[in-house]
Formats: sequence, structure tokens, C-alpha cells
Amino acid sequence: MMSLKGKMQDFKILRGEGDEAGLKDFSIELDEGMVVLDCVHRIQHEQQPDMAVRWNCKAGKCGSCSAEINGRPRLMCMTRMSDVVAETPEGKPIEIRPMKAFPHVKDLVTDVSWNYEVAQRIKPINGPEEMNWEFNQMEADRVQQFRECIECFLCVNTCHVLRDHALFDDFAGPRNLVRLAQYEMHPLDIEDRVPEIKKEFGIEYCNITRCCTEVCPAGIQITDDAIIQLKERVVDRYYDPLQRIWRTITRQKVRY
Amino acid sequence: MTEEYKKYEYDVIVIGAGGAGLRAAIESARTGAKTAIITKSLLGKAHTVMAEGGCAAALQNADPRDGWKVHFHDTMKGSKWLADWRMAEFHAKEAPDRVRELEQWGAVFDRTPQNTINQRNFGGHTFPRLAHVGDATGLELIRTLQERGIHEGIDIFMEYTVRHLLKEGDRVTGCVAYTRVDGDFHAFSAKSIVLATGGITRCWSVCSGSWEYTGDGHALALWSGAELRDMEFVQFHPTGMVWPPSVRGILVTEGVRGEGGRLTNSEGERFMFNYVPEMFAGDHAETIEESDQWVEEVVSGKLATVRRPPELLTRDVVAKAINSEVKAGRGSPHGGAFLNISHRGEEAILKKLPSMHHQFKELAGVDISKEPMEVGPTAHYVMGGVRVNAETQESNVPGLYACGEVASGLHGANRLGGNSLSDLITFGKRAGEYAAKRAKDLAQPTIDEAQVQSAIEVMLAPLQRTEGENPGKIYDEMRDMMQAKVGIIRTKEEMEEAMEDLKSFDERQATCFPGTSRKYNSGWHQALDLKNMVDISTAATLAALTREESRGGHTRDDFPGEIEEWGKILNIIYMEDGVIKVRQEPVEEMREDLKGAIKEVKAMIAERAAEQEGSEK
Ligand SMILES: Cc1cc2nc3c(=O)[nH]c(=O)nc-3n(C[C@H](O)[C@H](O)[C@H](O)COP(=O)(O)OP(=O)(O)OC[C@H]3O[C@@H](n4cnc5c(N)ncnc54)[C@H](O)[C@@H]3O)c2cc1C
Ligand code: SF4
Ligand code: SF4
Ligand code: FES
Repeated sequence: MMSLKGKMQDFKILRGEGDEAGLKDFSIELDEGMVVLDCVHRIQHEQQPDMAVRWNCKAGKCGSCSAEINGRPRLMCMTRMSDVVAETPEGKPIEIRPMKAFPHVKDLVTDVSWNYEVAQRIKPINGPEEMNWEFNQMEADRVQQFRECIECFLCVNTCHVLRDHALFDDFAGPRNLVRLAQYEMHPLDIEDRVPEIKKEFGIEYCNITRCCTEVCPAGIQITDDAIIQLKERVVDRYYDPLQRIWRTITRQKVRY
Repeated sequence: MTEEYKKYEYDVIVIGAGGAGLRAAIESARTGAKTAIITKSLLGKAHTVMAEGGCAAALQNADPRDGWKVHFHDTMKGSKWLADWRMAEFHAKEAPDRVRELEQWGAVFDRTPQNTINQRNFGGHTFPRLAHVGDATGLELIRTLQERGIHEGIDIFMEYTVRHLLKEGDRVTGCVAYTRVDGDFHAFSAKSIVLATGGITRCWSVCSGSWEYTGDGHALALWSGAELRDMEFVQFHPTGMVWPPSVRGILVTEGVRGEGGRLTNSEGERFMFNYVPEMFAGDHAETIEESDQWVEEVVSGKLATVRRPPELLTRDVVAKAINSEVKAGRGSPHGGAFLNISHRGEEAILKKLPSMHHQFKELAGVDISKEPMEVGPTAHYVMGGVRVNAETQESNVPGLYACGEVASGLHGANRLGGNSLSDLITFGKRAGEYAAKRAKDLAQPTIDEAQVQSAIEVMLAPLQRTEGENPGKIYDEMRDMMQAKVGIIRTKEEMEEAMEDLKSFDERQATCFPGTSRKYNSGWHQALDLKNMVDISTAATLAALTREESRGGHTRDDFPGEIEEWGKILNIIYMEDGVIKVRQEPVEEMREDLKGAIKEVKAMIAERAAEQEGSEK
């Protein structure tokens, strides 16, 4: 790792709230091995005690510290300064902004409550009454990937359906589609969520741009493994006549 | 001047949305009580999300020889016999069902070849016992409870910080909170309050905890007349990251050693073989070959026929061993020891320890599938906390309950890894159940205006100053002081100095100035946390100064070794006229049938050790 100890570094960070929010200049001395969050903390500690920033684990596990660093949505605690300094043109400041898709609160903090509201509308797991569920590791593997989500909401922030078109009332967003996939592909779940995946959660708004997958710090294959799978279920249900007949006769959902 | 505030009424208020708080709220709401959760951060971000290794429960999936008696024995022994045996009994018996229940609520644990929940080995557990999901078990636990909780009709107040408990006579009747976002005030009337605020490890500068771990619940309890116990026992986890400086203290899961990780010093020596304490003599492998055989058997899913590596001794033992090696000049370049798992190969590491692999790669530029990690002790967990009734989790203050890390009793002088997550769900459920039960027969308390206004006055004080020190500076200096003077190895002189230092920190915190803004002002929040930290550090130091022996998470340089009498004594911390005090109470004699259970397990373990000796000859 390149040593940055002693280097003076300039930043532009979004400060303030409402109409008064704007980029402000800061400068600090760097230490070895710092991540972006360390720099924000140093500024907060030494210069601006009332600067608002969310963080908890400092290890990429809680998904609190999402921001846009030099225009790229990332976790501040997992973004090494050596990388950011290398990508920033010499003499230029590093720019840190809050996530753009969500209502701004103050400084680097945004209001992400919409994600929680959508989650509330998703039907929970519905499996056998008896304890000691049995399924194998291969079945677990399919779902475990989705459960690695740390709810950083970077994917939601990046998705053009929400970021550019603000279809918050019609589309559940990639994070909650991952949650739906996690339930739908659970080996013992018997709930049927396909109708709402189509209507209420608006899966058809997703046009598979894969931008969400690119920014996911947990490395979840959001588009290919979650969304496309759910899309296929919707297609099978609503556009495949054989399955429609099967369902009418048996009143059962097709197991995969 | 009176401040505006909003009022609410609930049967049960749970403070904290970690594993313990969520489990308590779910139980309370299920019985029909009107329940709310108040949390300092967003839902799903509490400390529980960081837990890595697993959740201990004698499910008997990975090894049928396990059972509640063995888990009970291991917990009591790990606690150096200071745990509340009633809690240890409930815990050992109930944890398996609490884990199975999580599975029904959507948790997807790693599987055995028989399609059941898999279990891994951890220090101090006789058999593989930890249900886990790779090395992200806490995430699984909190997400499962969160996803269940939002469908139980619980009201959730996110980014609200409780700073005061309301009282009427000797019982609690509610609480007062400020919002982090706006700095607005809110008063809650509640028939029962459950504290589930987690720990205090931010009081030390090298720690695995987040900004939330400022001991709020410990302080709220103390201020409102509740007793704390075991505050001298702080677990320094042996393996925190040591480099680069900005990540110092971040945890390296014990799962690395459970999966066969080897500790070596700068001379390449597997030094743990030299540190097996008498109490554990005979329980652990004596040669590198025996260690390697154990790892081989265990990772291939067989029942172990030999003894485990000494790297899996309890945390206090391993932490002190690393400390001694560094002091003797045999440390790694940045003052730790080497921990190597690369012999397991890249594929196994990516499957079993993915987040450790990621963490080291991203934060330290180290590929753990090829190179060793550098690790050293980090303040990790506080065994001490609110003294509660084992069955109901109620404190000595009527209506005030506590569960999870803020409560005490289950872990005595030392907690076994994995016994916290199981603690959260076992006693979270109990706390929620009994808090709701109590609420059934009570009228809604009225909110006492005067108490609320004086609480608000205290909260606004820092903002009304015009000058003063930056709270962040006091915060840093206090943590450095605790690290230096009340750390892993303690002496009377240093702790007496610490008590004096804490007095001056107390004076300084009362005059600090974080600016005047009430909107998301982290400096203001920190200024308010300082008072908790001073009082809780004082409680920990006072208890540590009093206990003149070394036991579990409390090591005195001037009193090395355990002293038998102290093995029967608890330090109880309480507040009287604003002064923090300590008194001693005897440990209650264990029930006869439980003594029998311990004997039975001891005999079984001795038999295994004897068989082992025999087969080696
Ligand atoms: C890195 C790491 C790894 C670990 N690994 C394991 C493991 O593998 N196995 C194991 O058993 N244990 C492990 N532990 C320990 C275990 O994770 C914790 O002890 C446990 O999660 C604590 O849970 P809790 O519910 O008591 O509190 P937390 O999860 O810490 O939750 C506390 C809650 O209280 C809220 N709160 C605090 N103060 C206030 C206030 N004043 N007002 C309002 N809300 C407040 C917080 O916002 C938070 O929601 C680990 C700990 C760490 C740090
Ligand atoms: S793949 Fe779909 S959900 Fe993901 S960013 Fe593109 S449109 Fe949005
Ligand atoms: S799916 Fe990935 S990007 Fe989206 S919230 Fe989860 S962890 Fe973040
Ligand atoms: S602080 Fe937890 S993910 Fe960055």
C-alpha cells in the first residue's frame, strides 16, 4: 500500500441543509492506511463537531456510511484513501456528497425511511409449523447470498428508476427485490408473492441495466440472481398459459 | 423557560434494537402489549449486526454427545464459577429452541450433511456448538428479528437517544429522549421499560465497538437506582486488527481459530502450548500433531477423537498470552502476534471466512489465504451490567428490565464466544414476556412535567454555553487514559490514578462546548455521552480496584492468580446521593441437582482425556 502519511489533502464536502446546502472546502493531513470515513471523522473532530455523518461498524458490515465519493456511490469505511487519492487528478479535491436519490437531511445524512416502509409491505416467511426445518446446503446457498445484504441502499441510490424518475410509489427498488427473492427462493416457504411482485412492487420497471449490481458492496448478483429470477416467475405466471391452468386445477404455486 | 416536547403512551418501551431489544419487543407485542422500540441508530445497524462467529446452543446436530448439561458446565467453568447459575441453566436449556425459532422466522443457517443447522467449534465449548452463517451470524440474527419484528405491530423510533428515565417513587414510569436528526425532545410514559442498549467498550481506545457503545443503559440504570454487578470484568478479545492505525481494534473472529488458525510469535513458535493454565490442563492438545489431527477431523465433519488446539483456550487466556509475547519482545512488527489460516486453502477460506478475507484485503491489503494476519487484544465485551432476576430479567427497580449485553449474570468473570447471541434471544424473550406481564395490571403512568423539563435542561446545557473544550478531545483523552490505566493488566497505583483522572474528566465534560446547533450535531451527542462514560468508567474502575485477585476478564499485576475467597464474592455497584459505591455480596450456593450435572460432565471430560492419553502411548 502506498504510504500517505503527512500528505495534505483537500476535500469538498456537502455541508448544510435545505437550500443552504453546498460544497465546502476542507483540508487535513493524512495518516497511513486511512479510509475515507477516517478523513470525515478527522474533519469532524478537529474542525467541525456538528458535521452529520452516519457510521457504526467501520468494517463494511452495517451499511450505515454510504456516500458518493468522487461521484461514485460507495461505503466510506471500505474506501481506502490510497485508492481515492490515486483516482483523483493531482491537486484536485476529493468530493464527498450524500446519496442523491433520497431526501437530504443534513450534510452527509439522508432520509432512507422509504426502504423500511417498502419492507413492511412484503409478506414474511411462511413455512412449516414444526421446528427443526430440513434443507441442504445447496438449497441454503441460493438464499444465503441475498441475506448478505447490509442495507446500505447504494443500489437503490443508483437505480435510474428511482434516482432519475423518482418512481418510489410504483417500484420496490433493488434492495427490496433482493428481499423478495430471498423469501421466494427459500426452500420451505409456501407464501405466494408473485402478484404483488408484478403489480405493487413493479418489477417490470427494471430494465436490467445492472447498475445496482455494480455498486453492491456485498457483491450480491442483484440483477442476475434476484431480479431476473423474479421476472421469470412473473412471466411464467402471467404469460404462460400452461402454468395458469396448472394453478387453477391444483390451486398450488409451482415449486422450483 | 419551558421546552416543547411530544408525549407518547405505551405498555412496554424497549430501549435498543439489537438482538436483545428486538427479541424482547417481539415477545412483548405478541402477548398484545402496546410496544415501542427506541434506538440510537437505524434499524438493523445495532452492534449485533457485527457479530461474526456464531450463536451457541446445544442443538446436538454436529455432535450428539452435547446437551444442556455440557453447555451449562462450559458456561459456568468459562465464567470462573461466578455466573448466576440460574441464568446459565435457563440459557443452556432454552437456547436451542430460540435458535430453531429463528429458523422458522427465516434465518438460513449453514447446514450439516444431514440437512440440519450446522455448528462450529469455539473456545471453551466442549463440543461444536455454534450455529452460524459463514462469519456473518450477527447479520443473520438481526435481520431475521428485524423482518419478524416489523410485522408484529411494534412502533419503532429510529435515531432517538434516551437520556433519562422517569420515575414515580421507586418504580420507573417512562423515559425522555432527543432525536439525533432535529434535536427535538420526546417523553414516553411506559408501564415497563426494557433496557437493551448493549455495552460500554468505547470507554477504551482500542475496542471492537462502535460509537453506540458508550454505556448508556448501564448509566441510565445506575442513575435510576438499579444495581450493577461484575463491572470489573471486561473481555479483551485476543484477536483484533492491529494495523493500519485507523482499523486498530476491529475484530478478527474467533472463527478463524475455530477453523484451525494458528498463533505464532516473531520466532515462528506456536506459543499457546506454553500458556495452558492448570484449570484447563489435559483438556487441550499437547503437540502440534494432535492439534492438526483435531482440525483435520473437525473440518471434514467427523467427531473429534483427539483434543483441541490450545489456540481455542478461553479468550482471557489467549489475550494475556499475546500480551506477554509482545512484552517479551516476540511480537509482530506492529505489536501483535501472527494468526495464520492460509494452510486451509483459498476455497475453504472464502466459504467459511468470507468477511474476514474481505476485511483484511480491503482494509490492510493482506490476503489471508496466502499470508498471516497480525492480531492483538481489543476491548470487546463487558460481562458486567444491570443485576437482574434470572427468571424475569427485572432489576431491583420495579418496572425496569434489562437483557443482552447491558444485563449481567450469565457470563460471570468471562464470557464464552457465541454465548452472547444466544444470551440475547434467550433473555430477550424472557424480558419481553415479563415486562408485558407486569404491564397488564398497571394503569398508564402520567408524565411528570417537572422531571421532563429538568431532563431537557441537562440535555440543552452544552448548547447554551458560549465557549469550552471540544467534546471530542475529552472523549479521546478519556479513552486513552482508560486504555493505559484500566486495561488488560491492572495495578492499584494506576487505578487510583484513574479514579482521580475520572474526577477531572467529569469536571471537564460539564464545561465542554459542541457548538449551538441542535440538528444532527454529533458533537452535542458526544458531549452528552461523556457523562455516561465517566460514570461507567468509574464503576468499572472501582470494582476492579476492589477485587484483589486475577480472574477471567480482570487481571491484576499486583495480585496474580485466583484467590479462593474471591471466587465466592460479587462486587455490586450502586449510586447513593450521586456517589458511585461498591459493596460485596456472597455468591449463592448452587442447587444440588446442578452440582450433580457439573460432576457428570466433568467425569465425561476426564474419561475422554484418559482415553486420549491411553491412545497416545
Ligand atoms: C465485532 C464483534 C463480533 C462479535 N461476535 C460475536 C459472536 O460471534 N458471537 C456472540 O455470541 N457474540 C459476539 N459478539 C458480541 C455480541 O455481538 C454483542 O454482545 C451483542 O450483539 C449485543 O447485543 P445487544 O442486543 O445487547 O445490543 P446491541 O446489538 O449493541 O444493540 C444496542 C441497541 O441499543 C441502542 N441504544 C444504545 N443506547 C441507547 C440510548 N441511549 N437510546 C436509545 N437507544 C440506545 C442502540 O442504538 C442499539 O440499537 C461480537 C461483538 C462484536 C463487537
Ligand atoms: S438492474 Fe434494474 S433495479 Fe438494478 S439499477 Fe438497473 S433498472 Fe434498477
Ligand atoms: S443489495 Fe447490496 S447495494 Fe443493495 S442495499 Fe443490499 S448490500 Fe447495499
Ligand atoms: S460503518 Fe458500517 S458499513 Fe461503513
